[in-house]
Order: sequence, then C-alpha cells, then structure tokens
Amino acid sequence: MIGYLLRRTGQAILVIVLVSIITFLLLHLLPGGAARAELGERASPSAIRSFNAANGYDRSLPIQYWDYLDRLFHGNLGFSYKTNESVSTLLSQDLPKSAYLSGLALFFTVLIAVPLGIYQAVRRNKPDDYVLTSASFVGYSMPTFWLALLLIAVFSVYFKLLPPSAPQSATVGGSITDPKGMVLPVLTLTIVGVASFSRYMRSAAIEALTQDYIRTARAKGATKWGVLFRHMLRNAILPIVTLLGLSVPALVSGNLITESVFNYPGIGLLFWNSAQTRDYPTLLALTLVVAVLTVVGNLVADVAYGIVDRRVRYV
Amino acid sequence: MAIEHGLIAIPPTSSDDALVSHLVRPPRKRGAAVLSVFLENKLALAGFVVLVLIIGFCFLGPVFYHTNQVTSNLSVSNQAPGGSYPLGTDNVGYNELGRLMAGGQSSIEIGFAAAALAGVFGVLWGAVSGYFGGLVDSFMMRIVDALLAIPVLFVLLLMAAIIKVNALNLTLVVAFFAWLVPARLIRGETLTLRTREYIQAVKGMGGGASRSIFLHVVPNAIGTIIVNITFQVADAILVLAALGYLGFGIPPPAANWGAMLSQGVSYIYAGEWWLIYPVGGLIILTVMALNLIGDALRDAFDVRLQRR
Repeated sequence: MIGYLLRRTGQAILVIVLVSIITFLLLHLLPGGAARAELGERASPSAIRSFNAANGYDRSLPIQYWDYLDRLFHGNLGFSYKTNESVSTLLSQDLPKSAYLSGLALFFTVLIAVPLGIYQAVRRNKPDDYVLTSASFVGYSMPTFWLALLLIAVFSVYFKLLPPSAPQSATVGGSITDPKGMVLPVLTLTIVGVASFSRYMRSAAIEALTQDYIRTARAKGATKWGVLFRHMLRNAILPIVTLLGLSVPALVSGNLITESVFNYPGIGLLFWNSAQTRDYPTLLALTLVVAVLTVVGNLVADVAYGIVDRRVRYV
Repeated sequence: MAIEHGLIAIPPTSSDDALVSHLVRPPRKRGAAVLSVFLENKLALAGFVVLVLIIGFCFLGPVFYHTNQVTSNLSVSNQAPGGSYPLGTDNVGYNELGRLMAGGQSSIEIGFAAAALAGVFGVLWGAVSGYFGGLVDSFMMRIVDALLAIPVLFVLLLMAAIIKVNALNLTLVVAFFAWLVPARLIRGETLTLRTREYIQAVKGMGGGASRSIFLHVVPNAIGTIIVNITFQVADAILVLAALGYLGFGIPPPAANWGAMLSQGVSYIYAGEWWLIYPVGGLIILTVMALNLIGDALRDAFDVRLQRR
C-alpha cells in the first residue's frame, strides 16, 4: 500500500512537472513572445528589450523555466497586466465561487444519479428503463450551453420564474444568499452530470446484481431492500468513486460554459474573459491550476478506491 | 450496456441443433459479421440515416438552394420565417436556412478531419508505446496523462487566443487534444496483442516493429479504432460548437453553428425562435446520430469478439 501510494504520487508529480513545462512553453509560443503580448504589436524594439531584461526573458530557456518554477513554489502565479492584479488575487476571489457551484452540482448529481441508476438496473430492459436510458442519452449528446439556453428559455423567458443570470456578488457569501439565481446554473450542471453518472451507475448495479453474494443474500431470506442497500449498493457505488475523481476536468469545462452563459463570476468566466482580452499570464496560470486540481483529483480517487474496496491489491 | 446489447444481438436459436450449426458454421468475413450486427440495431440505423440526411442537407442543400452567405443585408434583418425565407433571417440579414447549411459544412468537415487526424496519430502513439513497453511506454503515457489533465476547453480557448483562427488551424488544434484517448485505448490493446503468438512469430522471424504494428497490431485493434473515431467526431462537433458559442470560432462571414446560437440568444426575449431552435436541434441530432452509431459499432465489434 505504502509503495503503491509513493509510486502513484511520484507519477502524479511527474505529470504536474510535464504540465508546467507545457504551460511554460506555451508562453514562449506566443507570437512575438511575452513582450509583444503585453506591450502590443507596435512596441518599439528598445521597449521590448527592456521588458525582456526586466522580466528575465532574455536568459536561456532552462534558466527561465527554473525561475518560473521558483516563482510557482513561492505562490507567485504571475501578474495580470490587463486587470492590474496578481493572478493569485483573482484566483482567491473566484475559485471559492466556482467550488460552490461545482460542489452543489456534484452533490445533486450523486444524490439523483445513484438511485436512478439502481432503479434502472432493477427495472432493466423494461419500458421505464428504456425511457430513462434514452433521456440520459439525449442529455449526454446535448451541448452544455444549449441545455443552459433551453432552461433560460423555459424558466426565465416563458414562465418568468427564475432569473436568467447567476448571482453577481464578488464573494461566495453573496452567492449563498441568492439561492434563486443559483438554481439554473446548478440545474444545468446537474442534468449534464446525471446523464453520464446514471449510465455508469446503471451498468455497475447490473453487474453487481449478477454476483454470487447477491444470490446468497436472497437465498438466506434478506428482504428486497436489504439486498439492494446492504449488499448491492456498497459494491456498485465503487465505480462512482473513480468517476468523481475523473469528472474533475469535465466539471471544470462544464463550469466554463455554464459560468459564461449565466455570467457567474467564477474561474470559468475569468478564463473566458482573459481569453477575450488575451490576458496570457492569467490564462496560463489558470490552466496550470486547473491541471493540478485534475491530477490531484485523480490521485485522490485512486487512493480512495483502495480504501473503500479492500479487494483492490496494490502491487 | 454493450454486453446486454451483445446478448440480444446473437441470433435466437430454436433448438440445440441450430445452436451447434451456428457454432460450427465457417466464420463469415469479419466485415460482414460486423455489418450484420450493426444492421440489426434499429436505433443505429436511424442514427445513420439521420447523419446521411444532415450531411446531404449541408453539402447538397446549397447546390439546389442558393443563398448569399458572404455579404450581409441589413434591410432584411430579423425577418420572421415565411415568404422567401423559410427559416427567417438573422440580425444582419443572412438567410437562416442557408446559414444552417453553411455552418453545418464547416462543423462536419472540421469534425471529421480532426477526428481522422487524431485517430491516426493516436493509434501510432498508442501502438508504439504499447509495443515497446518499459521506459518508452511510461514516458509516452505520462505525456498523454499531462495533456489529459488540462480540460480540453481551457486549452482550446488558450490556443484560439494565441493563433489566428481558420479552418486548418482549428482542425489541428482540435486534433491536438483529441488523439489522447485513442492513444490510451490502443496502447491497452497493444499490450495484450504483443504477447500473442503471431506477433512473437513475426519477432522470431526477424520482423521489425513497424511490420508488427502495421500488419498485426493495427488490423486487430481496428474495432476499437473505428468506434473511438466515431465518438471523437461527435466530441469534436460539440467542442467546435462550444468554441463558436464562446466567440472563438472562425470569424464571419464564415458560418458555424455555435456562433449562430450565441447570436440568436440575444433575441431570445424578442421571441425569435427561428434563430435558436433549428440550429440547436441540428447540433443535438448530429451528435446523437454519431453517438448511436458509435454505440452500435462497439456492440457489433464486441459480438465479433464473442463469436470468435
């Protein structure tokens, strides 16, 4: 177990180093380099020279990379010239709001998808299972922004029940005190999540139901609900643990679209705005942060899987 | 899901004799077997028909239905459907029906091209990685892990902010992040294939790596490859629509479905439904059709493996 943990962590660290190299190289792929990106197309050669000297861009690539890593380790993610704030400040403002949105969506996703998948597995190949499978298939094929627009069209334009934009408050506290505005963004992400999670839950539950221990439990006279919850659920829920870890990138991408449709000021919207203003330091720093979150998410899922499923042997 | 479909797809047998004759019957050509299972799946057939119709609509439609999709005409902007505009016009006076065709062309072309490119590159990467194994494999797969760790949309927005967006660049960028999943899948298949006797035999007779990979590994993994490329096309079309929606598609006068939607949204309160629902419906239909075909192909290739 310890050996596996060490090796798995080592792999994760290697991946993070590679990601940092990728984002570092992307900065140097910018047309005309970082100086042109910041100072504009018409910057004079001397201005570019002094910008490069001031920021260390005139030194060799390996040394620059070392400096980049050094800054990262000191918590310095770069400076956004467009908003005139450090990227860490922007992140500390917007990350909690994104986490709040994703957390709510993930909570409702699991709350709905797990019972739904089990229900479908118990009723497999019956009409209601077909209807639910088709519905999740449609949800799965639907672009997130289209779903969000449909929800706005129905709930805001037609019924005038809910606001079409998310809470605009600068702090996460403001988002919490405006539950009405959170409904549509959370609903969007939840529908997308349920569509894919319930598919996995259904097949995991079907597989668990064919196992010998289920037959044994039935034979010894366990009730239907006892079998489902005491014996089947514990085993069928395992893939969901992995899926939770693996869903971090999808969740973040879904967030980007959802946040831009509902104008919710989280890191997705920050990224989108930065892409529009070509705010490269923010873009690269956010890419790195999101990638690190993903790697950590996968690592935690792998380890958690081993803790909940004792049959997994680490070699 | 794949397994159940597979079980349903095996022809029903009335008696044991029929079962035996089914088992001892000489194996049909692989392509024919896959095709027959695919054709038994009604949903997939429907998906295929829908896809053909959409491709016909986008590529043959403009041949019969000429519209001006280059210059705008503000005097006929925001017209409701009717008369010479079956689906109305948008905010700068483009004929919406003709615009759907033009936008579909670029989505479908770029989607297929990116998926094909990603498929070829991913298969090569995965096959080489799996075939050589060891340190080469670890290193090549960590690169895949690193790229997979970055959410696609973030990288695409980042790239779109850096490069000049045109059809070729967009294809390359989408392909650049679509080869990762096929590479992983093919690597997995190669790991099991390389221990097979026929590959050992090639090695024993002095055959090189490229011979094994191209003549043995790739043909044996073709099912996985085709199925995955189908899903990659669907994903690419979704990603392109999202990019267009976020304002990073090919700039006007070029049309794309995502950008059409984001423009139409401004008129959602004005009740201009024709700017949103037709294009949204087309995106979903295209993606659903591709997903249905991909699911059915996976089942079809699964059954081939079961029958072997």
